[in-house]
Amino acid sequence: MTLSSNPRDLSDLQGDANSQFKPNLRSRYRLDRAFELLTWLATLISLIVLVTLLFDVIGDGAGSLNWDFLTSPPSRRAARAGLWPALVGTVWLLGITAVVAFPIGVGSGIFLEEFAPDNWFTRLIEINVGNLAAVPSIVYGLLGLTVFVDILRPITGGTSVLAGGLTLALLILPIIIVSTREALRAVPSSLRQGGFALGATRWQVIRDLVFAQSLPGILTGTILALSRAIGETAPILVVGAAGYIAFTPPLSLEGLQSDFTALPIQIYVWISRAKKDFEPIAAGGIVVLLVVLLLMNTSAILLRNKFQNKKL
Amino acid sequence: MFLKHKSMNLFRYVSLAILVASVSACTGGETSNNGNSSSSGADSDLSGKITIDGSSTVLLISEAMAEEFQAENKGVQVTVGKSGTGGGFKKFCAGQTEISDASRPIKKKEIDLCAQNNVEYIEVPVAFDALSVVVNKENDWAQCMKVDELKTIWEKGAQGKINKWNQVNPKFPDAPLTLLGPGTDSGTFDYFNEAITDEEGSRGDFATSEDDNTIVRGVAGDKNAMGYFGYAYYEENKGTLKAVEIDGGDGCVAPSDTTVLDGTYAPLARPLFIYISKKAIERPEVKAFVEYYMDAENKELVGDVGYFPLPDEVYTKALARVQEGKTGTVFPEGKTVGVKLTDVL
Repeated sequence: MTLSSNPRDLSDLQGDANSQFKPNLRSRYRLDRAFELLTWLATLISLIVLVTLLFDVIGDGAGSLNWDFLTSPPSRRAARAGLWPALVGTVWLLGITAVVAFPIGVGSGIFLEEFAPDNWFTRLIEINVGNLAAVPSIVYGLLGLTVFVDILRPITGGTSVLAGGLTLALLILPIIIVSTREALRAVPSSLRQGGFALGATRWQVIRDLVFAQSLPGILTGTILALSRAIGETAPILVVGAAGYIAFTPPLSLEGLQSDFTALPIQIYVWISRAKKDFEPIAAGGIVVLLVVLLLMNTSAILLRNKFQNKKL
Repeated sequence: MFLKHKSMNLFRYVSLAILVASVSACTGGETSNNGNSSSSGADSDLSGKITIDGSSTVLLISEAMAEEFQAENKGVQVTVGKSGTGGGFKKFCAGQTEISDASRPIKKKEIDLCAQNNVEYIEVPVAFDALSVVVNKENDWAQCMKVDELKTIWEKGAQGKINKWNQVNPKFPDAPLTLLGPGTDSGTFDYFNEAITDEEGSRGDFATSEDDNTIVRGVAGDKNAMGYFGYAYYEENKGTLKAVEIDGGDGCVAPSDTTVLDGTYAPLARPLFIYISKKAIERPEVKAFVEYYMDAENKELVGDVGYFPLPDEVYTKALARVQEGKTGTVFPEGKTVGVKLTDVL
């Protein structure tokens, strides 16, 4: 440690002919620089890909971005087409997904990490949750089609925004559970023991100490999971997002049973059209999707910082 | 106490954050939605929902009709899905949709499924499409092809065997043959095989894509490629692709307005349909929509999205079927190749 952290002392040693130690500093430094360069290159490559992609999309789509584009329904004429129903559909989906997935996911995470006894049953659940996180999204779509669209038709109203939101909630549940558990595990056990030593009950310790400490991590995990949900196309396509829809779900309980579409679907529909003038519109849609995504990630970081500063 | 106080605050923050997030998400939808519906005074007192699903080819027409119809009837909400002709019939026969878009007539097993669920339907043609067989711009040999030659290329027996252009016609060069086509679930695939390969069925070893633009790019980028899709995609890409003229026995015919409508672009001109549920047509909003769809005055919308409107006579006859509530298909064999619409309706 001291040797590498203080190279000037080393160069003094170099002059000592009696020393058996051959630091061979030049080649060491060269190796060091080479590795640094490699990591730079790795970063640069991913950055270049990202920047090219962004420039390409923004270059194509910037022209179509305006207020009308955001607030009009889609149209067969590219000049009049907008993505309002898709934008609102995405917000609806996110709302339903968050409301369903957050309490269930965080609850299961807390149960598995803090309460569950270590037996074959909980281990089985753990393995399954881990596996579910890696299941392709289309499988969740098929599951949603059977369970939410067909079996629960009286409740969801068939191919509705509720069915879509529930499917996406299923999709991100494993991710939320895993990230909740990681966040809980990061809380030092001395904190729990301290709480118990002061006579707090298990519930008090979890609520006031452990949960409060792990909240930034849990929130970050949840919002990243929601960011994944917002970009999913396959499952909601299977569940029945409409290719053309000019209205938005009304804001009421019946609204949950309304037909819907979402940004990724709208982009896909535009890209696959014959008319070339839909290409810039599709690119504009991608930019809007990216902005929504960016807003979500920013809010994740802001929330995390806020709660980190409030640490005990 | 201090400890507890602090974390209680924390809790409040979290619940507040979640509340704010969900409320703002919801109100975002509400305010604008209210704004939308209140600002637009209803021009008619029709209201209700019409769910359409099915062929992605017919989607373009239904979408245009829905857009214009909804502009006049603010109370009616129309959604159009793109599950493909087969997927659309599956939902239609389960009673989940009011109208099914189809780029081919209903098949026997779909007729049975509908009968099983007591779904009666009215079949009406809405437009013509011309399947275009396309090759690369630099392809100077495949100017015109006989139906038999297309059959040689695409039939099942060709799988793994016909890999070069000169195997199709000795006059063609000794160059590899790259094939691209639509997905097997599409009505376009079905119709092409019905018209070209017939009983034999299609070969399976070609690149498929549900997105016709992928086929466009594939053919435009390979001198030796060949593909097929709806006319709208050819019309939009005339600069990069070449349509092969088809010789159905009476000489070479290129796809165009005239050749499609006078029936000489055979056998690749196909009618497109919508199927309307008999039960749904009793609802005034559905009836109004279908009448709007079949109104000869609105046929320019069909041309707008890249297809060929039917002759006025056919629209009149089709509308009569709707008004009489005549159910069932006029294509019991499920085939439209060589059938004249005015005769069968």
